[in-house]
Amino acid sequence: MSDEYDNNKSYQAQSSEVLDGSAGSINPDMDYVRPAEIPEQDLYHAHSFIEKWIFCQDAKVIGVQYFLTAVFTGIVGLILSWLMRLQLGFPELAGFMTAEHYYQFVTMHGMIMVVYFLTALFLGGFGNYLIPLMVGARDMVFPYVNMLSFWMFFVAVAVLMASFFVPGGPTGAGWTLYPPQTILEGTPGSGTGILLMLISLSLFVIGFTMGGLNYMITILQARTRGMTLMRMPLTVWGIFTATVLAMLAFPALLVSAIMMTLDKVLQTSFFMPTILKAGEVLEYGGGSPILFQHLFWFFGHPEVYIVALPAFGIVSDLISVHARKNIFGYRMMVWAIVGIGGLSFFVWAHHMYVSGMNPWFGFFFATTTLIIAVPTAMKVYNWILTLWRGNIRINTVMLWCLGFIVTFVNGGITGIFLGNVSVDVPLSDTYFVVAHFHMVMGIAPLMVIMGAVYHWFPLVAGKMLSETLGKWHFWITFLGAYSIYFPMHYLGFIGVPRRYFEMYDSPYMTSTVGMNEFISVAAFIVGAAQFILVFNIIKTLKTGKKAEQNPWKANSLEWYTSTVPPEHGNFGERLPVVHRWPYDFSVPGAKDDFIPQTTAPSEVANTEVEKT
Amino acid sequence: MHAGIIFLLVIVGSVLFHIFTPWYWTDIASNWGGMDSTITLTFWVGGGVFVAVCLFMVYCVFRYSHKEDRRAEYKPEDKKLEKILTWATTLGVCALLAPGLIIWNQYVNVPKNAIEVDVMAWQWGWQYRLPGADGKLGTTQVRNIADNNPFGINPDDPFGKDDVMIESDVINLENNRPVKILLRSVDVLHNWYVPQFRSKMDAVPGTVTFYWFEPNKVGEYEVLCAEYCGVGHYAMRGGVEVQDKADYEVWLSEQETFEQLSARYEKLNVDGNKLAKK
Repeated sequence: MSDEYDNNKSYQAQSSEVLDGSAGSINPDMDYVRPAEIPEQDLYHAHSFIEKWIFCQDAKVIGVQYFLTAVFTGIVGLILSWLMRLQLGFPELAGFMTAEHYYQFVTMHGMIMVVYFLTALFLGGFGNYLIPLMVGARDMVFPYVNMLSFWMFFVAVAVLMASFFVPGGPTGAGWTLYPPQTILEGTPGSGTGILLMLISLSLFVIGFTMGGLNYMITILQARTRGMTLMRMPLTVWGIFTATVLAMLAFPALLVSAIMMTLDKVLQTSFFMPTILKAGEVLEYGGGSPILFQHLFWFFGHPEVYIVALPAFGIVSDLISVHARKNIFGYRMMVWAIVGIGGLSFFVWAHHMYVSGMNPWFGFFFATTTLIIAVPTAMKVYNWILTLWRGNIRINTVMLWCLGFIVTFVNGGITGIFLGNVSVDVPLSDTYFVVAHFHMVMGIAPLMVIMGAVYHWFPLVAGKMLSETLGKWHFWITFLGAYSIYFPMHYLGFIGVPRRYFEMYDSPYMTSTVGMNEFISVAAFIVGAAQFILVFNIIKTLKTGKKAEQNPWKANSLEWYTSTVPPEHGNFGERLPVVHRWPYDFSVPGAKDDFIPQTTAPSEVANTEVEKT
Repeated sequence: MHAGIIFLLVIVGSVLFHIFTPWYWTDIASNWGGMDSTITLTFWVGGGVFVAVCLFMVYCVFRYSHKEDRRAEYKPEDKKLEKILTWATTLGVCALLAPGLIIWNQYVNVPKNAIEVDVMAWQWGWQYRLPGADGKLGTTQVRNIADNNPFGINPDDPFGKDDVMIESDVINLENNRPVKILLRSVDVLHNWYVPQFRSKMDAVPGTVTFYWFEPNKVGEYEVLCAEYCGVGHYAMRGGVEVQDKADYEVWLSEQETFEQLSARYEKLNVDGNKLAKK
């Protein structure tokens, strides 16, 4: 990425630009765009290497920093999953691994992948990079806070990784951190490990709040002229709604982390009832372990959608661009995102059907959970209806999107099993659950991330990734991941419980040895295949083909920057003015099969545009 | 083209795997067949949707793959189609939800004639208590637990005296008689789960939780802990032996009551009040 911005140039808005909204257009009535209400923001430009690449205030650099840090945690999570699969598939080769190790790996893998990898990658990575570009802003509205957000995240990751090296190791309480076992002996890392985890999560929430405020306010307040809410790319809608969810959900995680820290350090009893351990009654009493579960899942379920909604948004844009067709039912897509976001706060206890909460809650939460299936299904229909009668480029990006549809529908359907309270009873706490959530919020969002990487790499780096390597990467990942998680559901039907270090010789479980070996081998291959991408990126940066501007012929603003890759300030001297939604593909009467958002109606007067 | 074929093979493979899988649920041994049927129903409806959506996708990949001289259709919205799809989905969801809720209603309403079983869990093991002749379990408290009172029964509670104590990780149950499992834990979360009975619930320290089932197949079953409870979780097993009434009653008569246990400790003249080392 280059940032060769001339520091002497000022982006202060000219007064004429503020007042005269229709400057330069041929037909003022047809092309009218509301004048700007506020002058442009003044950017702080970097003066040194450190300001430019380390303590940087440019959202694009911050996005890349978030991305790389998240990918680092993801690789740690991946290695942990390999170790787990080694134990489950080939325990005779994993002699070095004790049950303590295994549970620590399970816990750290889960927490890393959900929070530090997926959340940070979608919102911190894609959010930072894409929001200002897509809404036509020069940067986030609070660039300095944005920089602090990343560094807070960085410290959170450092604290988390430090827990691998403290006495007793990281916490092995399961990523759900259910008390009382989380802070009691008998669970690995119940001393320093859990404290570091709670501190790291608190730091993450603080850092994320700084970034989240930026994303929300930038989207609400800093859109360019003509960029109405209903002209925003769905990527922005997805990230925006996810950020609102995060702002409301993360506080629940923060308070539960603080309360648990107090239980651990000061022997308060928020979550701790009277406990008999090793023949002694501990100094706790009267607390409620289920209270923690409510708080955790009040965060934890929206968290699923914090990951899913940006993926929904991004994949909608990728499908539309590469099918050369408008996204089908844009308004429905927007309302589905908002509706799913809203509903996601009323379904949390479907994680707790067999937790011992009052069983009557089951009726309510099963109903809300299955209601959420309706807007979700609508999104799926609209994705495939976008393909229908499209002009589909079967390139690497589209393959990832198709892989997303298959895995997401698969995982969505198994969600209906688990959400439907009495069906959940035999399946909860089994491998069915593991398979379900990996398919729906592991693999499916990962497909989108990969698609997005291949799609936007030419913008970020100015070079095209190799398609051949990309296709190999896709097919190994998709087929491998599918053959890991599809059969795994059937382990759950048998009744194999999750979080078992060893299966012993339960009669009906011995039949699963072969499958476990198969799954483990697939997991090793899929994990290794991710390094194809790393290789592809390194090779492309060194010798890759230079990307032309807007190589995919997309409409949204990020492809219409003054330079590729975009410089600090994104759009050169003048901000773009938006005249239409970003999905005018294959409009009848138009010369090309795409009409950029910045094209004024008078320039394409002969087209039959339906929506602007 | 290749892409479409591979996706098609994945879908066909998934269906074939489901039909021919050697890995499927264990033979049911309780009254919760309704759960199995709801799963089967969900498989038909959900699996149908999965196959339909994916096949449609594959069709689009074959039929509409990129050609330079062709243009995609331009049709931003189709209100009618969207309406039909919304209502059809809503209907399908209701059809799945209804049986789910009906069975849940059965699950949370315990039959009157159910025998209560106190399942007490700790890191890492199980023990069981049955009501005596009075048909009622005595109340308990964690602080009462001691060598001579392994279940922490309140000594003043008259219902507790004749409680039958089974200090073993295996419990016997009578065939075709509903059982109300009352779950307790003295330390962390646990979950008393027998896959063949299909049912489960967490044991939560500080409270008593419950669920019920009716075993309907004589035999021995393995109990698994289904809620992560620390490093010994995977090894926390127990057992159930379902017996016919006659066999069960013989077994029951051989078990010790709380009163008998207390008397035994008094006779031994040891200090049974010290807390049990678990």
